[in-house]
Amino acid sequence: MSTFSEKTTVYQANDSSFPRELEDEAIYILREVASQFEKPAILFSGGKDSITVVRLAQKAFYPGKIPFTLLHVDTGHNFPETIEYRDWLVNKLGLELHIRYVADSIKQGKVKEETGKYASRNALQTVTLLDAIEEFKFDACIGGARRDEEKARAKERIFSVRDDFGQWNSKKQRPELFDMLNGKIELGENVRVFPISNWTELDVWNYIKEEELRIPTIYFTHEREVFERDGMIWADSEFINKSEDEVPYKIQVRFRTVGDMTCTAAVASTADNLDDVIEEILSAQISERGARIDDKRSEAAMEKRKQAGYF
Amino acid sequence: MDILRIATAGSVDDGKSTLIGRLLYETKSITKDKIEALESASKRKGIDFLDLSLLTDGLIAEREQGITIDVAHIYFSTPNRKYIIADTPGHFEYTRNMVTGASNTSVSIILIDARNGVVEQTKRHFYISSMLRIKNIIVAVNKMDLVTYSQEKFEAIKNELLEIAKQVSFKGQTLQFIPISSLYGENLVRKSNETPWYEGATLLDTLENFGTQNLELSTIQARFPVQHVVRPKTEEYHDYRGYAGKIASGTFLIGNLVEALPSGQISKIKTIEKFGIQLESGNAKDSVVITLEDNIDLSRGNMLIKVGEKPESRKEVNAKICWLDNQMLTVGKTYLLQHGINRVKAKITNISSVIDIKNMSLSNEAPVNGGLTLNEIGWISLKTASPIFADKYEENPANGSFILIDESSNSTVGVGFVE
Repeated sequence: MSTFSEKTTVYQANDSSFPRELEDEAIYILREVASQFEKPAILFSGGKDSITVVRLAQKAFYPGKIPFTLLHVDTGHNFPETIEYRDWLVNKLGLELHIRYVADSIKQGKVKEETGKYASRNALQTVTLLDAIEEFKFDACIGGARRDEEKARAKERIFSVRDDFGQWNSKKQRPELFDMLNGKIELGENVRVFPISNWTELDVWNYIKEEELRIPTIYFTHEREVFERDGMIWADSEFINKSEDEVPYKIQVRFRTVGDMTCTAAVASTADNLDDVIEEILSAQISERGARIDDKRSEAAMEKRKQAGYF
Repeated sequence: MDILRIATAGSVDDGKSTLIGRLLYETKSITKDKIEALESASKRKGIDFLDLSLLTDGLIAEREQGITIDVAHIYFSTPNRKYIIADTPGHFEYTRNMVTGASNTSVSIILIDARNGVVEQTKRHFYISSMLRIKNIIVAVNKMDLVTYSQEKFEAIKNELLEIAKQVSFKGQTLQFIPISSLYGENLVRKSNETPWYEGATLLDTLENFGTQNLELSTIQARFPVQHVVRPKTEEYHDYRGYAGKIASGTFLIGNLVEALPSGQISKIKTIEKFGIQLESGNAKDSVVITLEDNIDLSRGNMLIKVGEKPESRKEVNAKICWLDNQMLTVGKTYLLQHGINRVKAKITNISSVIDIKNMSLSNEAPVNGGLTLNEIGWISLKTASPIFADKYEENPANGSFILIDESSNSTVGVGFVE
């Protein structure tokens, strides 16, 4: 044993505020995906959760390469900072990235652009996603969704089987016992995989901090043109239909969750580092998805989107 | 920071939601917007307690019918540890969901309404918790405020349950009784002044002091199922061959003599790695990559064990099974058996007895309807196409359970516990 001791570094798992067991669990899940499926992909949005998933995949197969391709469904309304980050990460890790555009689905007449004050392409993504799954023949799509985000998500399995139309059927979910994952499917079906199901928002931030991961700059405070609507701070952009009395002004904000510009609200913040961000979340009085405009549509908004094939 | 996984079961009216809601609230794990939404929604429904099911019944079907159907996962943490509660429905019709939610947990909270005492559901929760070998049972006698915090009442319930424990409990299982009032937060996080006769700890303190399942699993015989072989084939790692997996149980050290199953070949552990970091040892539930001194026959689904600690090679398996599917389990039918990550074909050869989980009585006869139906628990024998290296569930829960997959539907239809 002595021959190995000199290159041994002590691993201090108990010294952290992040429960390392969550990482072990996620790595186990990702390794199952690599073995149980032919063509898995990571759904990558450039948000903190999918950044975490990519990190976990990197760890799961090291020193081998990540055996997944990345798929980004681009609504065309993304924050430029997120796109910039996406391209940087893909380049750094030497990953294969496929991008499919909601704009193309609109052009093909498959979906119709929403109109009015709350117009968003968020729900339209589903069609583009399902087309991409069919085009690339992906049999597993890995996503960064967490059960603490929303109550329909809290009911979904780690391996969530979707039918030919990408639909989630909550009544036909497979029981998941202990850590045994059953990814057996028929041709045409696919599985959505959620390796960080059991992580909370705080777990993700603590992980990002401990792993010293780079994240898009919009998660930290910056000056931005915003306006107020329904008690939330909206980032002003050409993609949002403002009414006359919605007058933009400049303040210091950051984003706590990042969808595209039409479905994500900002929070007033001066947090310019991870410690401050974590402190802010600890003392926050509003939940994370309280800043998601897409969830506010109805109580069952998420379940209905999932039934239609959303991730 | 470690994780404690807890199972709770029961219906809305026994105060379980209020109990969980309070734990979340007092550990600051629920935000103000959610509490406020809950308060107003509860009031609208005309109920005077915090109806947490409004927060956790995430499915339209659940809200329509006002019942919990599927397992809800609830998260909270203290500065000491993270908690995951698998909250499951208590009704007989959803026994399979209870079994699913309770698998993976090391603590089970059984809630009793002090006014009603031990009921059929209490026994069922206790039985299932014991079947899954959940080590720590907390019996929370709730609504003590409605029985004027009567010690007599509490002791009577305790004695009745201790009687049942004689049949249901196993060696090493701990049983703790706590008188609580979820509504007023008595003995949950704060020690109650109303129960001076109670000398034990509060619910949260009790939870804070439990050892985790991982710690326990690390002390038994070591099992390492290989998930994935890492072969980078790059210049730098030209001859590298690492075995990736999550240690199911025990502890592996560098230099340990290990045997590969089923090949029987022996080698020595060269390194235990995690993302390039060299470890001296790996414990239960650690996802690691192990490299060996020699090139031996070892691939996905195989297992690495320490020499001299070999589990039985089984082609014929006796097991207790909980049936999860609408299609009956019958003798002669073939399923895919998944033991950990290893899959083999299996044929049911016998169903010897069934337990009536509703009335908690054991019949030693073969089942009347010729098979096991949804939610039934019974004892079966099966034979596998190739041997599995399983331990008895009671000796090693991490290597002693399996699921059955129906190959026509691809569904997970049963869970078995090797005997």
